[in-house]
Amino acid sequence: MLNFLSPGNLFVFFNKINKLITKILLPLAIVSLVFSLFLSPPDYIQGDSVRIMYVHVPSSWIALACFSLIGFLTIFNFLFKFKNSILIYKSLAPIGMSFCLISIVTGAIWGQPTWGTFWAWDARLTSMLILLVFYILFIFSYKFIQNQNLSSKICATLAALGIVNIFIVKYSVDFWSTLHQTSSVKILGDTSIDKSMLVPLTLMLLVFLVYCALIFLMKYRAEIIRMKKKGLKRL
Amino acid sequence: MLNKKIKNRSLAFTLFFLLSIITIFFSLKVLDDNVLYFLSPTEINDKENINFNKPIRIGGMVKKNSIILNNNEIKFVVTDLKNEIIVSYRGTVPNLFAEGKGVVAEGLLQDKKFFIAKRILAKHDENYMPPKD
Repeated sequence: MLNFLSPGNLFVFFNKINKLITKILLPLAIVSLVFSLFLSPPDYIQGDSVRIMYVHVPSSWIALACFSLIGFLTIFNFLFKFKNSILIYKSLAPIGMSFCLISIVTGAIWGQPTWGTFWAWDARLTSMLILLVFYILFIFSYKFIQNQNLSSKICATLAALGIVNIFIVKYSVDFWSTLHQTSSVKILGDTSIDKSMLVPLTLMLLVFLVYCALIFLMKYRAEIIRMKKKGLKRL
Repeated sequence: MLNKKIKNRSLAFTLFFLLSIITIFFSLKVLDDNVLYFLSPTEINDKENINFNKPIRIGGMVKKNSIILNNNEIKFVVTDLKNEIIVSYRGTVPNLFAEGKGVVAEGLLQDKKFFIAKRILAKHDENYMPPKD
């Protein structure tokens, strides 16, 4: 089992998955775009601008989930010195950061026609911006700090603070009065999005996740090659 | 598996994590009012020592049948179903501004029942559905 998890074996295994993903990504993307742009109905008040939701909401979820995963891995690495997790969080962080940025930008584009403003300093939007800052700091702290020991300590610090921020992002709309509306999709309880709109939303989430997996695998393999070539930072 | 080093690191980490939670909790507690994006009419009503020269935001629901338009001034009532504030505004309102929908107004409070808005933002709820025809 442990032999299977060695970077060399993972490299070959990921190569196979990568090929499969590249095959299904494009058809899946086309189907979900057709659903979200043409087949789904406009909203009863917002009209067609509701379609921004199909990009905004999945990318926010991914940004949050990605940081939670990174945080968990960083702390795991800090405690047990499991070096493979360094490669994984290095490959995940840029993905999370891009989706965080996408979420903020699409949110601004959506905010203008609906709220009447691009940006408001309310709890949800501000904490999301703080999450982006955390992502940037995190990436800087493993890219520019050469000392592996120090860098993993700083990463763990950022991860601990960032995870607290994740909870603030999630519950900001319930704790405080914000311009941002409360969550529509709830794990427990009723979802207040109509079924005809939930289908494209789920499809888009699937596309984004597959895309994330693709980028992650490419990045992870690049990290393995980099490590093997340099002969430095051995696992 | 759990040797002394790991134990020490876990302890240090747990302490740091708890400390950061407590710090963040208290700093949010201190910020309190500033974290709120807007105040509801009831919060305005209950609040003592309001600075009437400082711009604030109020928010709530636009009361049904309360919008009055004359020239380019719009007047409406913001309610949270307990207290009400009359808002006066000159300018264009966002598309989603409507009776029975959420609204946030930015401007100056004249007294506890009258507000002159500099900017109107529409707040929309978490319900999404196709139009009914």
